[in-house]
Amino acid sequence: MTAVFAPAEVRRRPAFSLGRWLEREGVFSWLMVALPVAFLVLMVGYPFFYGIWLSLQDRPVAKPGVFIGLANFVNDWHDPVFRQVVVNTFVYTIAATLLKMVGGLGLALVMNQDFRFKNLTRALLLLPFIVPTVLSTIAWQWILDPAFSVINWALKVADIADPGPSWLGNPHLAMFSLIMVNTWRGLPFYAITLLAGLQTISPELYEAATIDGAGRWTRFRYVTLPLLKPVIFIVTMFSVIFTFSDFQLIYVLTRGGPANATHVFATYAFDVAMGAGQFGQGASIALSMVPPLALIILAMAIYMRSEKS
Amino acid sequence: MTVEHRGWRTRLLTLWLPLGVSLVFALFPFYWMAITSLKSNQELYNRKVMPLIVHHPTLKHYVDLLTETSFLEWTWNTFLVAVVSTAISLVFGAMLAYPLARMRFAGATMVSFAIAATYLVPQPLLFVPLADLINRLGLGDTLTSVMLTYPTLLIPFCAWLLMGYFRTVPIELEDAARIDGASRLQTLTKIVLPLCGPGFISAGIFAFTLAQNEFLYALIFLTKTEVRTVPVGAIAELVKGDVFYWGQLMAAALLGSIPVAIIYSFFVEHYVAGLTAGSVKG
Repeated sequence: MTAVFAPAEVRRRPAFSLGRWLEREGVFSWLMVALPVAFLVLMVGYPFFYGIWLSLQDRPVAKPGVFIGLANFVNDWHDPVFRQVVVNTFVYTIAATLLKMVGGLGLALVMNQDFRFKNLTRALLLLPFIVPTVLSTIAWQWILDPAFSVINWALKVADIADPGPSWLGNPHLAMFSLIMVNTWRGLPFYAITLLAGLQTISPELYEAATIDGAGRWTRFRYVTLPLLKPVIFIVTMFSVIFTFSDFQLIYVLTRGGPANATHVFATYAFDVAMGAGQFGQGASIALSMVPPLALIILAMAIYMRSEKS
Repeated sequence: MTVEHRGWRTRLLTLWLPLGVSLVFALFPFYWMAITSLKSNQELYNRKVMPLIVHHPTLKHYVDLLTETSFLEWTWNTFLVAVVSTAISLVFGAMLAYPLARMRFAGATMVSFAIAATYLVPQPLLFVPLADLINRLGLGDTLTSVMLTYPTLLIPFCAWLLMGYFRTVPIELEDAARIDGASRLQTLTKIVLPLCGPGFISAGIFAFTLAQNEFLYALIFLTKTEVRTVPVGAIAELVKGDVFYWGQLMAAALLGSIPVAIIYSFFVEHYVAGLTAGSVKG
């Protein structure tokens, strides 16, 4: 029998259809993300690398730059103000973060009880965080005014000090005041976020611990704290990044004074770049924030990974 | 629970006292803002007068602020900039979030890494190169300069938050729409977006308050009165050399804060949801 091979039907590839091509996951996804990604590359990625390039140049404002290698960073290293800036930034960040963390946790624990007007209280407590920083800092500037400070008025009435201290004129007090104002603004963020974290902890865990004879402190130490740790960690990391690079509050209250006692990276970079017009030098000061910040973020990433596994 | 039996003394010490102290600490600066703005200059700069209350309230500082300075113009600029940059951020945020939440595509990891990195880059790191860039583009002293730069601060947050909301939409709904012949774009606009309204409100409120709050870029890019925003206008023009116009400054601070506070009070639950989304869920 001779097999009759019918000629195989030529399977025709479907004509290319633009509509169908657009429906492919990979294509559709990239069509969606392309524009925003291009925007971020242009407005964040490009300036970042351009900033590195600027920091390697002697670049006075409105003049062409001259490549000078790492000279700007060497200058920073030998600049006594820069060294003070490093110390100031760390003091400011560490003190304010600790205050916000402890105070915020305390306030969250207080708020995690049942009481009337809880939502209203929460909304009011969050006000310092949502009101534009510059505007509330102006109010603080008047509260800490050298001549008309209401704190000094209270000290005088209470017969503690007359005249009261110069809150923003004395180098140590100025740093102290900045830390207090930063705490005032940032503490609600900690409190409300940690409160949300507390509310995810199941009451049954506390009941079980109580039945096992755990007291208040033990319940806090062995139930609350371990379960809250991831939230505390993330909140702290965010807060550290933004406290470390703070600008507004310090610019409004002291502009880095008196005698550079409160200059931090951002305000000093601003002074050098915008005030003195040294773009290259300013860029190098701003970039000096990267290594410490990168270490912080790296620590966060490593910690989160070890927690998950 | 034992709490009920502890009595009012414990309740006072563990609840009302710390709460009261926190509230006074949190709200006093606003009270101070309000009463300072209502005092006459004679009262303001007289150390013999008890400062905690207003003895002779006057609206003079408000009248001066609204008639002698460009405050209304600054308010309009602030509002316009905040609305435009929030809108851009929501659209771009959604365009990033939907594929990342729902699809598999080459480079997805890279894109989400880029978003996280953008989120963590602090503003002061970029202002020097951006200032140069804005100058070269000829955008100095235009509102466009800040409308273009603010979204870089807002997009990562919006994308992150919206991703969480997109994931809550049941995938079956999307599959059903696809089987019925809807294209991917139609699935997104007709099925997913309408279900994610609260996500857009949360992200929008958050972005809006952040945009109203921004200072550094506005300070650098906007140096002319007619393009300034409220924070920069107040700092730059209500302080002349060493002379602080405290009454007007406080009036400006209060009036500048009120729009944010009102919007916030309407959407406080959404705001808190946005605030806590990243840290609690993530």
